[in-house]
Amino acid sequence: MDVILLQLLNGLDKGGAYALIALGLTLVFGTLGVVNFAHGVLFMLGAFCAVVFNKMLQLGVEKPSEDTGLGFAPPPEVVPYVDIWFGEEMGSLITSYSVPLSIILVIPFMLLVGIIVERGLIQHFYKRAHADQILVTFGLAIVLQEIVKHYFGANPLPQSAPEIVSGSANIGTWLGVSENLVYPWWRLIYFGFAAVVIAAVFSFLQFTTYGMVVRAGMNDRETVGILGIDIERRFTVIFGLAAVVAGLAGAMYTPTLPPDYRMGMDFLVLSFVVVVVGGMGSLPGAVLSGFLLGIMQSFAAVASYASLVFPNPADHSGFFYNILNFIDSWVFFPGIDQVIIYLVAVVILLTLPRGLLGRAGVMED
Amino acid sequence: MMLSSERNDRLLMLVFIAVVLCAPIIFAPIGAGYPDLLQKFAIYGIFAIGFNILFGLTGYLSFGHAAFLGVGSYATVWSFKLFTMNVVPAMALSIGIAGLFAVVIGFISLRRSGIYFSILTLAFAQMCYSLAYSVLTPITNGETGLQVRALAKADESRSLLDADIRVVDGFFGVTETSVPISNFFGLKMSGWEGFYFCAILLIIAFYISLRIFRSDFGLMLRAIKSNQNRLNYTGINTRPYLIVAFVISGMYAGLAGSLLAVTDPLAGAERMQWTESGLVVLMTILGGVGTLIGPLIGAGLIKYLEQIFSSINEQILEATFSFLPETLQHFFVGITSLFVGEGWELTLGLMFMIVVIFVPGGIMEIMSRLIGLFRKKPTDNKPLAGEAQPAE
Amino acid sequence: MTDNRSKISRRSILKTGAVAGSALATPMFFSNTANAYTNEPKGDTVTFGFNVPQTGAYADEGADELRAYQLAVEHINGEGDGGMLNTFSSKALKGGINGKKVAFVTGDTQTKSDAARASAKRMIEKDGAVMITGGSSSGVAIAVQGLCQEAGVIFMAGLTHSNDTTGKDRRANGFRHFFNTEMTGAALGPVLKNQFGTERTAYHLTADYTWGWSQEGSIKKYTEQIGWNTAAAVKTPLGAGDFSQYITPVLNSGADVLVLNHYGKDMVNSLTQAVQFGLRDKQVNGKDFAIVVPLYSRLMAQGAGENVKGIYGSTNWHWSLKDEGSKAFVKSFGSKYGFPPSQAAHTTYCQALLYADACQRAGTFKPSGVGAALEGFKFDGLGNGPTEYRAEDHQCFKDVLVVKGKENPTSKFDVLEVVEVTPRAQVEYAHTDPDVKGDLGPYNDGA
Repeated sequence: MDVILLQLLNGLDKGGAYALIALGLTLVFGTLGVVNFAHGVLFMLGAFCAVVFNKMLQLGVEKPSEDTGLGFAPPPEVVPYVDIWFGEEMGSLITSYSVPLSIILVIPFMLLVGIIVERGLIQHFYKRAHADQILVTFGLAIVLQEIVKHYFGANPLPQSAPEIVSGSANIGTWLGVSENLVYPWWRLIYFGFAAVVIAAVFSFLQFTTYGMVVRAGMNDRETVGILGIDIERRFTVIFGLAAVVAGLAGAMYTPTLPPDYRMGMDFLVLSFVVVVVGGMGSLPGAVLSGFLLGIMQSFAAVASYASLVFPNPADHSGFFYNILNFIDSWVFFPGIDQVIIYLVAVVILLTLPRGLLGRAGVMED
Repeated sequence: MMLSSERNDRLLMLVFIAVVLCAPIIFAPIGAGYPDLLQKFAIYGIFAIGFNILFGLTGYLSFGHAAFLGVGSYATVWSFKLFTMNVVPAMALSIGIAGLFAVVIGFISLRRSGIYFSILTLAFAQMCYSLAYSVLTPITNGETGLQVRALAKADESRSLLDADIRVVDGFFGVTETSVPISNFFGLKMSGWEGFYFCAILLIIAFYISLRIFRSDFGLMLRAIKSNQNRLNYTGINTRPYLIVAFVISGMYAGLAGSLLAVTDPLAGAERMQWTESGLVVLMTILGGVGTLIGPLIGAGLIKYLEQIFSSINEQILEATFSFLPETLQHFFVGITSLFVGEGWELTLGLMFMIVVIFVPGGIMEIMSRLIGLFRKKPTDNKPLAGEAQPAE
Repeated sequence: MTDNRSKISRRSILKTGAVAGSALATPMFFSNTANAYTNEPKGDTVTFGFNVPQTGAYADEGADELRAYQLAVEHINGEGDGGMLNTFSSKALKGGINGKKVAFVTGDTQTKSDAARASAKRMIEKDGAVMITGGSSSGVAIAVQGLCQEAGVIFMAGLTHSNDTTGKDRRANGFRHFFNTEMTGAALGPVLKNQFGTERTAYHLTADYTWGWSQEGSIKKYTEQIGWNTAAAVKTPLGAGDFSQYITPVLNSGADVLVLNHYGKDMVNSLTQAVQFGLRDKQVNGKDFAIVVPLYSRLMAQGAGENVKGIYGSTNWHWSLKDEGSKAFVKSFGSKYGFPPSQAAHTTYCQALLYADACQRAGTFKPSGVGAALEGFKFDGLGNGPTEYRAEDHQCFKDVLVVKGKENPTSKFDVLEVVEVTPRAQVEYAHTDPDVKGDLGPYNDGA
C-alpha cells in the first residue's frame, strides 16, 4: 500500500513539473498560435538562473591559497560578501536558501528573455507556417543550449535545497500507517509550489481585465484586434509570462535534478505530448494531462504489483495473485514506463481528436 | 512547354549522374573525398529525398521518420545474421519491413493533420526508440547495438546475439574466417565499392522521386498541400494518396537504414531517436523543401558539418590563422573555436535559424535568387527546383 | 616561467600537427595499395586519432581526455616536462616514435555508436590515422573496436568499464588499460563485507545497457559470495532524469543496501534523489541503510556534491595518489591546465604512452607488430603500480582502488578518498571464465 501512495506522490511531483512546462507551452500556443520548440530550453535557463544566483552568493573576498606542490593551485578559499555584510550566521542561512531565493533573479531574467525572444524572433513568425515556427524555435533551442554549455560545461551542477527541508517528511508516522512512508520535503514543496503558480496564472487570466483580453484573444484574435486592442503588446507579455513560468519550474526543480545543459530537450518531447493529450490551447487540459501522465508514468515503473500486494512468498499461489502476476507480465513489462506516455497519447488522439479538454478549431488546419 | 520540361529533366538527370559518380574527385578539395562521408552523403540523401516526397509534396511534417531508418537497419543486420551476407535479400527485407511499419503508423497517424499529425508520428517514433532501446533488447541488443558476429561453432550454444547462423551462406558452402563483410554477389560493400553501390541506388532513388514529382500522383499530392478541403469537397478521398506517399517515404527511409547497415554492419537504437527525425527535417528545410535537389544538398551539408566541422580543433585553427600577428591570431582562434570542434552544433543551430528566418526556401532559394540576379526578365521555365514554398 | 615554456612548446607542436594534416589532405584515392599495412606513415610524422565525446552528456570527460592526449603527444615528442615518461619503467621512447614526430586528429563521438564509427572512419580513411583511441562509454568502445579490427588499425580503448570490451567482444586489434566490472566486484566485495557485514540484502538499480548489465552481474556475483541476498535488480533507462519512481519501491523491499549501477549523469541524478529520499539515514532490520556506487568518477562525484559523502565505490586512478608516476602526471597536467586530471584523462594518457612505447620497441606501426610488443608487456610507473597487458585478452591487470566519498573535502577537487588499494592478485580472473570468454581472432594489418 505504501508503495502505491508513494508512486502517487511521485506522479504528482513529476506531474507538477510537466504541468508547469505544458502550461507555458499552451499559453503560447493558445494566444500566439506559435509552436515553441524552445520552451524546454526556457525551463533549462530557469534552472541555470538558480546556478548563477548561487554563484553570485559565493562571490567574495578571496584568501590566497598556499602552494601545494601539486602543480596546480587549489581553488582559493572565499569569504562570501553575504557573510561579511550580514554576519556569518545570517550569511550561511541566506546561502542555504539560494534556490528559493533565486526566484528574485528568475522572474526578471526570464521575463527579459521572453520579451527579447518574442520581439526579436517569434513575432516575425505569427503569419508563418507551424512547420517554420517549429524549425526556427528548434534552431534557437540548439543555439541557447550550446551557449549554456560553453559557459557551464556539460556536467550536472548540484544545487541543494535549504538545509531545513533537505531531508524527508515522515508522512507514514504522522498518519500512523507505516514508517516506510517517507517523502522528500523538497518534492512536497515543489508540488505545492506548482499548485500555487498554476493557481496564480489561472487567476491572472480569470480575474484581471488583462487576462480577459488575453482569453478573448485566445478565442478569436482577429475580432479582438478589430476592437482596437493592441493585442500584439499583450502577446509579448504573455510570452514573457510563459517564459517566467517555465523558468520558475526549472529553478525550483534543481535540488531534485542537478541541472545540465540538455535538461530542456529531455522535457520538451514529453511536454509536447502532455499538451496534445490535454488538448491544444486548453490550459486546464494541460494541467490535467500533466498530472495524469506523471502519475501513469510513475505507476508503470513498478515492476511487480503481484509481489507488492502479496509480499509474503507463502501467499504466491491464489487466484488474485495469479491474476496480478498475469497483469505484471503482460501489461507492466519492464520498460513500459518509457512507452506508456506515447501509447496513451496515441490512444487519446485517436479516440478524442481534440485531446482531453481541447476546443474545436485550434490548430486543426 | 511539356517537351522542354522533359528535356530539362533529362538534362538534370545526366548532370546529377555525372556529379554523383565523380563525387570522390569533386569533394576532395573540401576534405570530404573519402568513402565513409560520401557513403553518408548518398545514404542520407536517399533518406531526405524520401522524406521530401511526403513533406515537400503534401506538407505533412512527420517527426518520426527515424523510426523507419532504424527498422531498416535492424532488418538488414538480422538478415546478415540469419541468412546471408549478400546485401540484396537484406535490402529487400528492410524495405519491406519499413514499408509495413509505415502502413501501420501512416494508417493511424494520417487520421489527423497539422501539428497533431506531427506529434502522433513523434509519439510513434519515440515508442519505437524506447522499445528498441530497452524493451526489445533480445532483438535489438539495446544500446550496444546489433552486430554481425562470427558463425556459431557447432559444439557451443550461444545466443543469436553473440553468434550467427547464416543458413543461406551455409547452404552454398561459403566459408568464413573471423567476422565477415557484407557483399553484393562477392563484391565487398565497404570503402569505395560501398560508396558506388550507394551512389547507384541514390541515382535510382532520385529518378523515382523525379517521376513521382512529374506524375499525376505527384500533382494530387501538391493539391493536398495547397488546399485539402477543396479536394474533399469535390468528392476526392485524399487519404489513400497520403498513405501511399507516407509508405513510399517510409520505404525510402528503410532503404537508407538498410544501406547504413550494409556499409557498416551495425544497427543501434540511437538512429531512431527523435533528434534524428529532427535532423532529416533540418536537411530537407536547409536544402529547400519541395525541391528535387534541395534535400540532397541539405543532407550533404549537415553530414559535412557533423564530420568536418567537429574535427577542426584549436591546432588546425592556429595553423590557419598563423599568417596573422599573434594577438590577432589568438583573437580569431578564440572566436572561431566557438563554432567548430565541440561547438559545431552551435553552427548548425545558427545556420538553421538564419535559413528559416531569411530564406525559408533553403539553399535552393538562395541559388534561384542568385540565378535571378543574372537573368533580368522572368522566363517561363522556372528553375529546375520548382518553386520553393514553405509547407503548411 | 613554466607557463611560458609550455606555451611555446605547445605552439610548435600545433604546427607539426597542422603540417601533417595538410599533407594528408591530398586524396588518398589511388594510393592505397602500396602500403604494407593500413595507413603506414610515409613522411616524418605519424598520426594518432583521438575520438572523444565533445557534445552530449560526456562532453566534459571528453574534453579532459583530449587535454591528456595533447599532453601525451607533447611528452612523446620529447617536449614539455616529460610527465610520466620520467617514471615509466620502459625507457624506449627518446622523442618521437621510430624517428617520426606524432601528429594527431580529433573527432566527436557524441557518445553514439554511429557517430563514433563515422568519426573513426574519417580519421582512418581521410586523415590516415594509424591508431584510434578514446571514448567514454562501453557501447561506443565496443563499436569502435570492431571497426578498427575491420580497418586494420590499433584501438586503444579509453574509458570503458564493461567486461565485454575485453571479454566476449574482445578483438586482436583492441587493447584496454582501464579496469572492468569484474575487477570492481572482486575489489569491492571484501571491503563491503568488512564494512557492512555478511547479512545484507541488496537492491540494484541498473542502467539498461552493456556496462550496466556487466556491472550488475559482477556486483551480484561477488556480494552473493560474501553471503548477501539480492532483493531485486531493476533496469532503468539511460538518461531517465527523475529516478524517484524507481527509488520508492526500494523503501519497502526489505533491502538494506542500494547498489546504483549508474554512471555519469544517471549516477548524479539517482544518487542525489536516493539521498533525498532519506536512504542514507534510514535503518532497515536494525542496520544502517547503505548506498554503493560501484564505479566512481571524480568529475561526476563533483556533480553529486554533498551526496557522495561516505559512499563506497571503485575507481581506476585518483589524482591524490602519492606514487611517483601519479605525482609526475598531476604536476605536469596541473601546471598546464590549472586543475588535476580525471581518471579518464589518466587512462587515455597512459594508453597513448603505452602505444607509442610499443611502436618504438617493435620498430614498426604495423598492428601485428605493435600488438606483439604490447602482449604480456609488464610495466610500472604509470600510477597504478606494476601492471601487465595480458596477452590472452588484451586487458591490463593492476591494483584496483576502492574509494569512498570524502567526509571533509578540502576543495572542490578533493571529493574522494582512497579506502584500500586492492592488490592485483585479488582481482585477477581467468580469461576463459564463462562470463568473459571471447575470441581475439587474428590481427588485422589491413591493406
